[in-house]
Amino acid sequence: MKARVIVTLKSAVLDPQGKAIEGALRSLGVAGVQSVRQGKVFDVELAGNDKAAAEGALKEACDKLLANTVIETYRVEFAE
Amino acid sequence: MKAAVLLFPGSNREGDVARALRLVSGQEPKVVWHADTELPQGTDLVVLPGGFSYGDYLRCGAIAARANIMDAVRAHAARGGMVLGICNGFQILCEAGLLPGVLVRNAKLRFVCREVFLRVERADTAFTKSYRKGDLLRIPVAHGEGNYTADPATIQVLEGEGRVAFRYARADGHIDETDGPNGAINGIAGIYSEKLNVLGMMPHPENHVDPVVGTVDGRGLFESIVGALKAA
Repeated sequence: MKARVIVTLKSAVLDPQGKAIEGALRSLGVAGVQSVRQGKVFDVELAGNDKAAAEGALKEACDKLLANTVIETYRVEFAE
Repeated sequence: MKAAVLLFPGSNREGDVARALRLVSGQEPKVVWHADTELPQGTDLVVLPGGFSYGDYLRCGAIAARANIMDAVRAHAARGGMVLGICNGFQILCEAGLLPGVLVRNAKLRFVCREVFLRVERADTAFTKSYRKGDLLRIPVAHGEGNYTADPATIQVLEGEGRVAFRYARADGHIDETDGPNGAINGIAGIYSEKLNVLGMMPHPENHVDPVVGTVDGRGLFESIVGALKAA
């Protein structure tokens, strides 16, 4: 089973990298960009087909390592 | 004093820390590999040195914080043992949950390598007894992710309990977080654990222990530790 974990900064946390990217897009003349926030994507392959077990494992992975929940939140998407 | 300096893949300041400890205490610290599960018998100080453990992959200090040896460090800290994390060591202590908060990318996105002034916020801990409260120390920083932050409740607790060890200051001692090297909230450069036995700091006191570099402002930190352990 394939899953995608998306880790993003909490909305209250400043994201200077996102701001810099936003500025660069503006200077490139890309129209309509209001704001950019940077995050991380992890593509994870899991053994078996038990979605509930996979969700549990990925939650554990995020809480233990993939996200620092002081500043980040995460969500999990499964490839259908 | 029995000091253990932890070594992770990508640590690079272990030699400087060991040299500072040797200079001040006259004793040779043990270097301990991250995959070990125990600290040497009788260890009374654990130092997590600076560097780029695991290449700063994922987040600075995130992978080192999950290394085998960290369970032993947690147990040592829980017993009241002294732990000092410098630079990447501070990042590792935060990621390991031994200190609250987190160190994020410098506000201006630049790696900052220069001398700063640090104000000693209290001189009654095992790490700062050789200083006086309000002393200004010339100590270098060298980091890209030293911007300390935490949720407002945590900051309130740290400030309320006097757990800020050092702040970035101007040459006249004035604190203004916009002047600091990295944008850290309230100019925080270093913090203590609840029992004041764990200290994490971004600047490098181990750089300034020998008169040959022009100042020995960092020496007091190591002298304080040696003194506190002798008194214990």
